Amino acid sequence: MDGFGSDFSLGAGSGKMDTGTIMEQVKVQIAVANAQELLQRMTDKCFKKCIGKPGGTLDNSEQKCIFMFMDRYMDAWNTVSRAYNSRLQRERARI
Amino acid sequence: INMENQGATADPQLQQFIEIESQKQRFQQLVHQMTEVCWEKYMDKPGPKLDSRTEICFVNCVERFIDTSQFILNRLEQTQRSKVSFSESMSE
Repeated sequence: MDGFGSDFSLGAGSGKMDTGTIMEQVKVQIAVANAQELLQRMTDKCFKKCIGKPGGTLDNSEQKCIFMFMDRYMDAWNTVSRAYNSRLQRERARI
Repeated sequence: INMENQGATADPQLQQFIEIESQKQRFQQLVHQMTEVCWEKYMDKPGPKLDSRTEICFVNCVERFIDTSQFILNRLEQTQRSKVSFSESMSE
């Protein structure tokens, strides 16, 4: 089933899209996706912890709470990232 | 990321790049997931910073999460293998 492949000449002839360009575009897309993921989860957690009964605006204490939770969430994320990385290194060293 | 139908696999540099980025992505996804799961366990009251006790909790959480995942994988593989040998003996 090559219907898609036969019309899509990514590498054929002089119309070749630069490999470097593709790589850059993919990197950007991945970075954006990661940022969105982080934003979504962080917002979810902060909202659940900081906003009890949603009012007409975000009051001062709610805002302070959100800022604090954001920082803690980033700390947690970095801690998890480091811990996971160490674990992976250890697993690879065993093989 | 699947670019097999686009003739891109002719380029080994691109192929390697995709493999590496995919691996990085899987890593990132798991960090997101584990952060969320572990957060639920520990963060009732956030302080001005992550104290060392909480940090240790997060590290333990990550390690046990991975252990759990491996444990489940091994068990599933065992179950699959015993199923296969069962069906083989049935067809004889």
